[in-house]
Amino acid sequence: MIRVILPAHLRTLAHVDDEVTLHVEGQATQRSVLEALEAHYPMLRGTIRDQVTHQRRAFVRFFACEEDLSHESPDAPLPDAVAMGAEPLLIVGAMAGG
Amino acid sequence: MSKVRVLVGTRKGAFVLTSDAKRKRWDISGPHFGGWEIYHLKGSPADPNRLYASQSSGWFGQQIQRSKDGGQTWEPVGNQFVYDGVPGTHQGYDGTPHPWEFKRVWHLEPSLTDPDTVYAGIEDAALFRSIDGGQTWQELPSLRGVKGHLWQPGAGGMCLHTIVLDPSDPERIYIAISAAGVFRTDDAGTTWRPMNRGLKSPDELPDPQAEVGHCVHRIAMHRSRPGVLFMQKHWDVMRSDDAGESWQEISGNLPSDFGFPIVVHAHEPDTIYVVPITSDSEHYPPDGKLRVYRSRTGGHEWEALTKGLPLRDCYVNVLRDAMAVDALDGCGVYFGTTGGQVYASADAGDSWAPIVRDLPAVVSVEVETLP
Repeated sequence: MIRVILPAHLRTLAHVDDEVTLHVEGQATQRSVLEALEAHYPMLRGTIRDQVTHQRRAFVRFFACEEDLSHESPDAPLPDAVAMGAEPLLIVGAMAGG
Repeated sequence: MSKVRVLVGTRKGAFVLTSDAKRKRWDISGPHFGGWEIYHLKGSPADPNRLYASQSSGWFGQQIQRSKDGGQTWEPVGNQFVYDGVPGTHQGYDGTPHPWEFKRVWHLEPSLTDPDTVYAGIEDAALFRSIDGGQTWQELPSLRGVKGHLWQPGAGGMCLHTIVLDPSDPERIYIAISAAGVFRTDDAGTTWRPMNRGLKSPDELPDPQAEVGHCVHRIAMHRSRPGVLFMQKHWDVMRSDDAGESWQEISGNLPSDFGFPIVVHAHEPDTIYVVPITSDSEHYPPDGKLRVYRSRTGGHEWEALTKGLPLRDCYVNVLRDAMAVDALDGCGVYFGTTGGQVYASADAGDSWAPIVRDLPAVVSVEVETLP
């Protein structure tokens, strides 16, 4: 199972309180995780990536294992620790404030 | 006994204010969608408990929310707004071609007769329609064919912000875009014509009377007289007596003819309201006095309505979607400010009191009169 931590606004939108766990078919990549996430929580379509181009929204980043994976290929394998569920994939909104 | 429900969209969520017909004591619920920008929420005239809300965020994009119980509970519906075909370009701020890009929904206008049909005005300017309660959205693309390559953004963005449905003709719709102007369809959106004859924009356009390009801020209609339209333009308050074919200025004795909203009294089709703002570079009331101006003569002659409003040190703005009327016997008038106040008058504007003072900046105000 893949663990995903959503930013607060998207947890509210998806009606989840904590991290979500997803079953991902095949290799765990950004794309396969997001497709599983959006299939399970259709209200998240368009909030993390564009619905047509699948390009990541500008103010959204992907972190895992203390690394910024935002600029990795969406088809690159996620770290083993994420694929095995030992570490979560963090979906993060850019910092707001002064 | 009748009730009133005021729907308030703010920069940080939606609020629902309810009162009985006396409009003295108010219940306030919210924030709904706390932290998100709510550009607009509006109820269906055919089913007042059916509400639609535009929820957006610079981080997470656009959502459309729907309520079937008057705003007590909400469900996200379709949020995919894809331009029809290859959208091409419009003009950017610097006059160079800029590709059409969806940014947000500014205005939602439910059908007058069908709760499942709703129109959405978006930025970059286009008109979309849903006939399945907001689940899916289709563009009415021929609008952008009316010289869309010449449209340019106003300072707030190139937004389709006004949708007026003609109660006497289901195929006639007026829309307004900043900064393109007013357009009308007489065949339910198949074809459109610009409706800007008589508008003059000498400080904004190289051709002051251009067919398109005018920065229209809001148009309003009384449902008993759909051929008469009122307009608050960037500068100038205007009136059309021929369904938008031509416009005449009615600014008269206003202290400033710049402003954003304009509304018509629920029962008096020649009584209209505006909120004068100092200028396009000073978005606050003249002299620090927040005054609504009312004309009972369909324009030209205006009176300041001041009782209960702040008349010193007030520097808020009232945005284009942030004023509305109820349909009770003593017509209620409501407006919200960028300072977070929502003011109400239960006597057609003669006196005012705040319903609430400290909301986030108010973007939109709509009113439903309930049995």
